Amino acid sequence: MMTEISLNVLDVAQNSVKANASLVEVSVIADTNANKLTIKIDDNGCGMTEEQVSQVCDPFFTTRTTRKVGLGVPFFKEAAENTDGSFEIKSKVGEGTQVTAIFTLDHIDRMPLGDMSSTMHSLITLNKNIDFVYTYTVNDRSFKLDTRELREILGDVPFDVPEVSAYIMDFLRSNKAEVDEDLIF
Amino acid sequence: MKSLEELRAIREKMQGQVGLRDEDDNVTRVVVGMATCGIAAGARPVLNAFVEGVAEKGIGDKVMVTQTGCIGMCKYEPIVEIMEPGKDKVTYVKMTAEKAKEVIDRHLIRGQVVSDYTIS
Repeated sequence: MMTEISLNVLDVAQNSVKANASLVEVSVIADTNANKLTIKIDDNGCGMTEEQVSQVCDPFFTTRTTRKVGLGVPFFKEAAENTDGSFEIKSKVGEGTQVTAIFTLDHIDRMPLGDMSSTMHSLITLNKNIDFVYTYTVNDRSFKLDTRELREILGDVPFDVPEVSAYIMDFLRSNKAEVDEDLIF
Repeated sequence: MKSLEELRAIREKMQGQVGLRDEDDNVTRVVVGMATCGIAAGARPVLNAFVEGVAEKGIGDKVMVTQTGCIGMCKYEPIVEIMEPGKDKVTYVKMTAEKAKEVIDRHLIRGQVVSDYTIS
C-alpha cells in the first residue's frame, strides 16, 4: 500500500520509463465543485496488447522476473476505487498508454495527494532522456512545467546540476503553493 | 508564478563552467531501488537525501545517483547499492534519509563502509 497518491504516480510513471517513452504527460486536476481529483499519466511508450491491458490490474501478473507479483497498477486502481472513484487504462501497441484515476475529493478513504513536487522532481532529474509535461490544476488556477522548454533554455547544461535541480524543485514547490491557495489536497 | 527567466540566468552563470563529469568508469554509482516495493517502503526520501547530500557536499563530479527497479529482495527495501570503481558492490538495506546522510559522510566521502546498514 502506498501512503500518498504522489507515490502511486511515481511508481506508475516508472512503467512509462520502462516502456521507452520519450514523452510522459502527468496531470493533476483538483475540482472542488465536482468533488473530484483526477490524475492522468499519458505516455508515448511501446504500449500494451489488449491481453496485457486486461491482465495489468491483476496483482499476480507482471512482466518482471525478479518477483512474481506486480502491485503498482493494482495499488493505484484500489486507491481510486476505494473513494468511489474510477480507474481506467487504455493502451495501444506502438502508440502509448493512458492511465486515468479519479478520486472523490472529500472521501474519508482518499489518501493525501502528498508531495507531487518531489515525485515530479525525481522523475525529471533521473530520466534525462525523457521529456515530461506536468500540469497541476486546482479549479481555475493552473501551472505547467514542460521539460522541453527547460531543455531549450539550458542547452547542454543537464538537469542534475545542483543549481538547475534546485531551480526545478523550487519552481514545482512555489507554483504549486500559489495554485493551491491554502487548499490542501 | 515562478518563471523560466530565472533559469535563463542560471544558464548564463553556468555557461562554460559545467565541468564534465569524470569518465564513467571513474564514477561511483549510488543506485536506489525505485520499484513498487522500494517506493512503498520509503525510497523517495532516501533518493532525495542522496541527491541533495551529494550536491551539498560538492561531490557530484565523482558520484552519480541513479535508480533501478526491483532486485528481488523486497522485504529489505529501501535498498541502496554503491558501486565504486575497482571495489566490490556494497548493498545497504532498510535505508532512511537519516542513514543516507551518514552513508554520504562515511562511505562516499571518507571511504568507510557503514557495515551496520549493509546486508551480509
